Amino acid sequence: MSATSSTIVNLPDQKTARLPKRSYLNNEDGLLSWLLTGDHKRIAIMYLISITFFFFIGGAFAGLIRLELLTPQPDLVASDTYNKFFSMHGIIMVFLFLVPSVPATLGNFLIPIMIGAKDLAFPKVNLLSWYLYWLGGLFTLAALVLGGVDTGWTFTTPLSTHYLNTHVVTAAVGIFIIGFSSIFTGLNFIVTIHRMRAPGMTWFRMPLFIWSNYAASLLMVLGTPVLAITLVLVALERTIGIGVFDPTKGGDPLLFQHLFWFYSHPAVYIMILPGMGVISEVISTFSRKRVFGYTAVAFSSVAIALFGFFVWAHHMFIMGVSNYSALVFSLLTMLVAVPSAIKIFNWAFTLQKGSITFETPMLYAFGFMGLFTIGGMTGVFLGALGMDIHLTETYFIVAHFHFVMVGGMLMAFLSGIHFWWPKMTGRMYPESLSKLAAVTTFIGFNLTFLPQFILGYLGMPRRYHAYPPEFQVLNVLSTAGATVLGVGYMLPLLYLGWSLRYGAIAGNNPWQATGLEWQIQSPPLTENFIEVPIVDHEAYDYEWLAHKTEQEVTTVG
Amino acid sequence: MIVDTHPHTHETAHAEEHAHVALPQHRHHFETQEQQREAGTFGMWLFLLTEIMFFGGLFFSYLLYRNWYYDAFVVASNQLSVPLGGANTAILITSGFCMALGVWAAEVRKKGLLVLTLILTMLFGIAFIGVKADEYHEKWEKHHIPGDHFDVSEFVNPHAYGLKEEPLPPDQAAHTQIFFSLYFAMTGLHALHMIIGLGILVWLTIRAQRGDFTAGYVAPIENFALYWHFVDIVWLFLFPLLYLINRHPV
Repeated sequence: MSATSSTIVNLPDQKTARLPKRSYLNNEDGLLSWLLTGDHKRIAIMYLISITFFFFIGGAFAGLIRLELLTPQPDLVASDTYNKFFSMHGIIMVFLFLVPSVPATLGNFLIPIMIGAKDLAFPKVNLLSWYLYWLGGLFTLAALVLGGVDTGWTFTTPLSTHYLNTHVVTAAVGIFIIGFSSIFTGLNFIVTIHRMRAPGMTWFRMPLFIWSNYAASLLMVLGTPVLAITLVLVALERTIGIGVFDPTKGGDPLLFQHLFWFYSHPAVYIMILPGMGVISEVISTFSRKRVFGYTAVAFSSVAIALFGFFVWAHHMFIMGVSNYSALVFSLLTMLVAVPSAIKIFNWAFTLQKGSITFETPMLYAFGFMGLFTIGGMTGVFLGALGMDIHLTETYFIVAHFHFVMVGGMLMAFLSGIHFWWPKMTGRMYPESLSKLAAVTTFIGFNLTFLPQFILGYLGMPRRYHAYPPEFQVLNVLSTAGATVLGVGYMLPLLYLGWSLRYGAIAGNNPWQATGLEWQIQSPPLTENFIEVPIVDHEAYDYEWLAHKTEQEVTTVG
Repeated sequence: MIVDTHPHTHETAHAEEHAHVALPQHRHHFETQEQQREAGTFGMWLFLLTEIMFFGGLFFSYLLYRNWYYDAFVVASNQLSVPLGGANTAILITSGFCMALGVWAAEVRKKGLLVLTLILTMLFGIAFIGVKADEYHEKWEKHHIPGDHFDVSEFVNPHAYGLKEEPLPPDQAAHTQIFFSLYFAMTGLHALHMIIGLGILVWLTIRAQRGDFTAGYVAPIENFALYWHFVDIVWLFLFPLLYLINRHPV
């Protein structure tokens, strides 16, 4: 793979290239050197392995759900087992995969390097957050192994407090603990971004990946504690019978909804914002242009975080909230579309007249832009009061949030993993195979979830394991798509594993990208930088890079 | 934007800051000790922000139900002992004062005084938990703990219990259980924070005895003091909301 007009990939001569003798990967040996590490890069790798593990468990449940829905009859499992399937799918995917996905892996790895720091501000807290993640994960797995939870991931009261005899408390404890893992990650990021920037790294020279992770961290720090207290109250109600959410004692189940969605709506932005950061980096690199409207994109992340806190009641339009508050929340919901659209339009303008090349991260990024746009636009349908009454609790809403979370976030995650894989491991992934995976994922995703928009519009409710026979054709399409999607997700697991040993040596900067992380060796040293970098250029300054390369001042790492 | 040409190289900046003291607690990834200390304090304030949001859910619930069930909240609130609550407030403020003295002692490097103030902080903290336990015990005896054994008869028929309050109709009296649910959730979580704090205090006292915090490295004492004062402040909101605000002469 040499540099031709169709690619920007620039690899060192493979005959002479070697991985660096010393890097964070081989600085210390043995399992304990990983389990007790304070190195943000090693913790990121540990997170990456962990969330991949949980992703495939959550994915297995998705597969079982689609298998049951292949036929209109309830023939694979009983209805309560089906309830457990979608509950475990949701709990694992939301709390154990999506929330930590980009921040805890790519964010952990890249945030200190991108701002020119040696580590996150609190390395021990970072390690603690990984252990809390696993402790919470083990509680969730225990709830699963002991017989599962069937509340849905939303723990709706009084269903979760009074009517179910499953392991609600175990799962709630698990999520409570994972919440602290998420809080500590966010707290660490905020302090690091405020206090650890290298000389010259001003706020408006930071890569947009930092801005979006900063915004997501604000949400983690402010939102997650509210979920924690809500789950404490649910657990207390189940165990000792306090009545805060119990209507027979004067409590109000709607209060639970308010408290739960006060976190869980911002949580959606915790999931998507870091992904948007990945897309900004990738789009800029593969169109060789500074991100159009850098400042607007940076502020739109903060605006999404801010607006995200004031729209939660749109999850409750049919739950009997007052019409006037529904009106206000509907308006605010539509306002969130504005900063989201700012991002999409600015990415589109970044592409305009750029020197676009089509490496795998870029393919995933294109996938993100298309699918996130559809996901976001259908969100406006659901934010409109009249439409919402027809569409909510149907497959339309399932399709909507899967377009945002899977079509958007997972595409962004995979885009980022491919983009920074050479930095994390020092080796390239196989390009043609990964392009195939990107296309397979895109096709599989659309085949799975586009039919669900139609199903929902026609009135098929969510969370049922049987349906009228006239819906079968669309459901068969959806299940077929899920199979393709599964293949699309298995492929990276295989070839990325293969590349760890057999991938081409990547060199410091295979993409000719401008971020500080690309100016140091791959994989980086434990301390990232030999000397503290002094930043004297804007983010995405390709002229600076060309100039720097001309003079061969590549001794930063 | 201005090109920031940093006058120092990394090495000289490092040497200047470290000229007077090179503390063993300085962590390698911070450029200066000042940066380390600022980062630590900033992190603590952010953590306290999450704590505010955590208690915020309960305060919001209190606000809602107090508006809905005002009468029940009044009679239930009158069950709480103002002398005990007031004594506990005084105890907690004294504990906070000792902690503030401790920070000063660490800063002026008086080891003996630091250990003494930490132990006093702990003792007053334990006294608070003791009074709280006594109050909980009284609720237990009166069947005012929410759950299966909760008993409203004292609110339906107060005169039989020697109370001067007006009787509440049974449906309204039932809502006193919401008050006690919130009372136990709020004061219970507050007490849990204190117990965690007492655990940390034991560890800090042992380290203070070793002289860890009286040689220029005061960050753990300072940050713990922030936490301890936060716990104080939560109580300073809980006490008027639960004990005082609904009280009226009968």
